[in-house]
Parts: sequence; C-alpha cells; structure tokens
Amino acid sequence: MRIFDPHIHMTSRTTDDYERMHAAGVRAVVEPAFWLGQPRTSVGSFTDYFDALVGWERFRASQFGIAHHCTIALNPKEANDPRCDGVLDVLPRYLAKDGVVAVGEIGFDSMGPAEERAFRRQLDLAVEFELPAMVHTPHRDKEGGTRRTLQLVEESGIDPGLVVVDHLNELTVGPVDAHGCWMGFSIYPDTKMDPQRMVRILQERGPARVLVNSAADWGRSDPLLTHATGEAMLAAGFSDDDVDRVLWRNPVEFFAQSGRLLLPETDDAPAPDASSLFEGNSILRGQQVS
Amino acid sequence: MTSVRPLAPPEELRSALSDDARRALDDMVAVLAAGATTLGRVFPAAARRTARGDLAAGGPRLEDAVRVELVAIAATRLAPGALLDELDQLYRYGDADEKRAVLLALGGIDDPAVDGSAVLLDALRTNDPRLVAAAMGPHARRLSPHDWRHGVLKCLFVGVPLAGVSDLAVRADAELTEMVRRYIDEREAAGRPVPDDALLVHDLTTLTRPEA
Repeated sequence: MRIFDPHIHMTSRTTDDYERMHAAGVRAVVEPAFWLGQPRTSVGSFTDYFDALVGWERFRASQFGIAHHCTIALNPKEANDPRCDGVLDVLPRYLAKDGVVAVGEIGFDSMGPAEERAFRRQLDLAVEFELPAMVHTPHRDKEGGTRRTLQLVEESGIDPGLVVVDHLNELTVGPVDAHGCWMGFSIYPDTKMDPQRMVRILQERGPARVLVNSAADWGRSDPLLTHATGEAMLAAGFSDDDVDRVLWRNPVEFFAQSGRLLLPETDDAPAPDASSLFEGNSILRGQQVS
Repeated sequence: MTSVRPLAPPEELRSALSDDARRALDDMVAVLAAGATTLGRVFPAAARRTARGDLAAGGPRLEDAVRVELVAIAATRLAPGALLDELDQLYRYGDADEKRAVLLALGGIDDPAVDGSAVLLDALRTNDPRLVAAAMGPHARRLSPHDWRHGVLKCLFVGVPLAGVSDLAVRADAELTEMVRRYIDEREAAGRPVPDDALLVHDLTTLTRPEA
C-alpha cells in the first residue's frame, strides 16, 4: 500500500512517527501551515515557521524516504489577530516556491469579518499564483461554515477543481461534492472521522475527488490512520486499485495541479498510467550532499 | 561590477538542458540583464523552469548552476553593496535549495566588497549537510580562524566530506588538530566509529606541519 497523506503536521511529530509512517507505506505528505496551539503575535514567528516548512522539515522527511510538501497561508484562527495582518503581505514570497503545492489552510474558524477578509484575499492569491486552495472547515457550526465557504469560493472565481474543502463529514460532504470541489476527510480520533465511517462514505459516493488524511498534529492523533483506512477499505471489499486511487493517485492528481510537486523517482512511485499527472512537476532525485 | 564564477561554463550548462529548459534560462537571463525584473522574482522558480539533478557525475547540480548564473547576470547591474543585500534577501526567504545556491554563488565571488560571512555562519548553524557543505567553499576564507575550525568540525559531525572544504590543507592548524583529536577521543570512548575524514585532518596537520 503506497500512501500520500495530503494533510499532516509533521513539525509536531517525532522521528519515530516518520519511521512508522514509512514502514506503513507513506512516501509523500503535504503539511499545511496552521495554528500551533500557542497563538503567534508577530509576522516574524510566521516567517520562521514557513521557513521551517520549506527547509528543515523537508530535509527531515527526506531522511526517512518521505517526500515533504507544504501549503502556506495565514490560518483562520490567527487571521483574527490584527498583529498578524502583515503575514498576508509576505505570502507571495513563499507561494512561488517548489514544494509549496497550495494556499492553505484558509477558511473559517469563528466566521468573523477579519477571517472573511483574509479568506477572500488568499483565494485571490491562489488564483494569482495558479495554485490549489486547501480550505479548513470550522469545528463549531461546520454546516453553516461550509455553506459560507462554498459561497466565497464561487465568488472568487477559482476553479472548484482546484479547491479541497477539508475535515468533512456525512453532513457536509453533499454540498461540497455538488460544487465540484475536492472532498477532504480527516481520520482523527474523537473529533473528526473514523475509518469505518470513511468506508461507508466511499461506498455511497465512490472515490472520485476524495482525499483521505490523518491531520495528525500536536493533539491526540495518529499518523497511521490513513493506513488503517486503507485496511478498512480492503476488509469492506474494495480492491487494491481502489485503495491506491484514494490514498495515492487522488492526492497526486489534486496537488500536481500546482506544478510544484517534488516526488522521487522510485520503484513504487507513480504507475505509468498516472505519469501525465507529473507534467510540469519537479522530480527530485534524492538529496545527496553535493 | 562584481564578477561571479559560474559553477559550469554557460555552454556546457546549456548543452545539458532540454530545449524548453534552455529557452527558460535564456529568457530569465535576458530579463535580468535588461533590468526588467529582480533576482528575487526569478530565483524561486528557476529549478522548476529548467532542470534538477547532476550536470555530470560528481559535478554541480543543474539547478545550482542555473541559479548561480542568474546571480552572475544580476551582479552586472548591481553595486557590491546592493548585490550583497540581494543575496541576503534571497537567502533569508529561500528554501533549502535556494539557500544552497546563494552559498554556492558566494563561493564564486572574490570581490572584497562583498562579504557574505554572516550568511555562511547562518548556514553553519543548521544541521542540514547540503547547506553546511556549501558554506565551507571558497568564500569561507572570510571566516575567522575560530569560526572556520568550527565549520570543519561541523562537517565531521553532520557527515559532509572534507574533500569539499576549501583551503583545508592551508588553514588546518594545531588548534584544529586538537579539536579533532578530542572529537576522535570522544567517539572512541563511546565505542562509536571514527569517520575517516577525522583521521585525515589529524594526519594533514601532524604530517605536513611537523611543528604542530
């Protein structure tokens, strides 16, 4: 089973996790810029964090045979703090970089006016930099937040095929599907989805435009729940090819739209039929000391 | 005008690129030479627009050679101070690949008015062997003896081959030998293997400098 985890916060995880993930088949990840638990109070702490996402964390992952990518944005929660407004001005420096495969996580937390301004502006940046957008949906009033999210996506003019609306559940998947956006599901203990519920959604809707992630971070979470979902799919009668589509080919297809993927040329990298998805993307042939 | 030695002759670099990549490089060079854009705009996407991988076995990487050529072109329009500012900014906001290219470009700059030692010291504080290796090139001659010795020791720690350290035979001194000897002692006391390169430094100074 080869796995591309399209949403995982590796800066919060240990090298043990990297080892276990590789052993479970994880060969590529996307790490969205997000809230660190402790609120930041200045632009400088954001840029240091972004630098870590395109620098140290990418190197750390490479040591374990995992291709690391990231998304860059001002997250919704901190968009409410005026001291962080300047982050929006430094984003263009990062959005042109290799391995930065989307603008994200953007979206709503408590759905205030400052969040909405930052959300709109960053959707515009996604259009300007020809990048996909990764949109977080709120923990509170998820249904209302998802509805408003889809309105803003439509008003921005971004192609819905370039948008993944994340942390969906049984109640919010329908409208996102109807809008033609990609559907992200986080398999995360207690607060989000679990493997069995994920399998039922796949049985009802099929694998098209579905991304499954662990969203593992500094909270109680598990980076191997993507693998557990693959196992649950197989136990429910899905084929190896179905699992490969959901856990590898779908995220590759979505993020390849950025033209900035950094996937290694390895034996278990993309099947020939998926090769066209890599057009325009950088192929990294190992990161040896030169 | 500050001259920047290329990592590869321009014609050799171009012959290793595909037609599209060659056109992209020529296009970036033309707009930079005309002053129509800044280095900061073209630098991040330069690898994506051209190529990655080794130019030749053991040679420089294509993307590094491309980026260093772009620095050389920008340098023709910039005073030394402005060039250093530009390199500082590229490094400050660069990902690890961009940072490495800045360090390699500095390695090709002998102009005394361009002192990038602050950038080298930043790279030597990281634990990324690609950056540490690039920091110990020819530009490292501007580092103080203390900083340079610690750079060599850092190479041993993170596994950067000392063959890539400029001026090693000339600058290795008794103090470095002592530092490396203590490092070897510590490895041996812990029952850990001693890198061949550590022994090389030891031999360099004890064999070629009998007075040390």
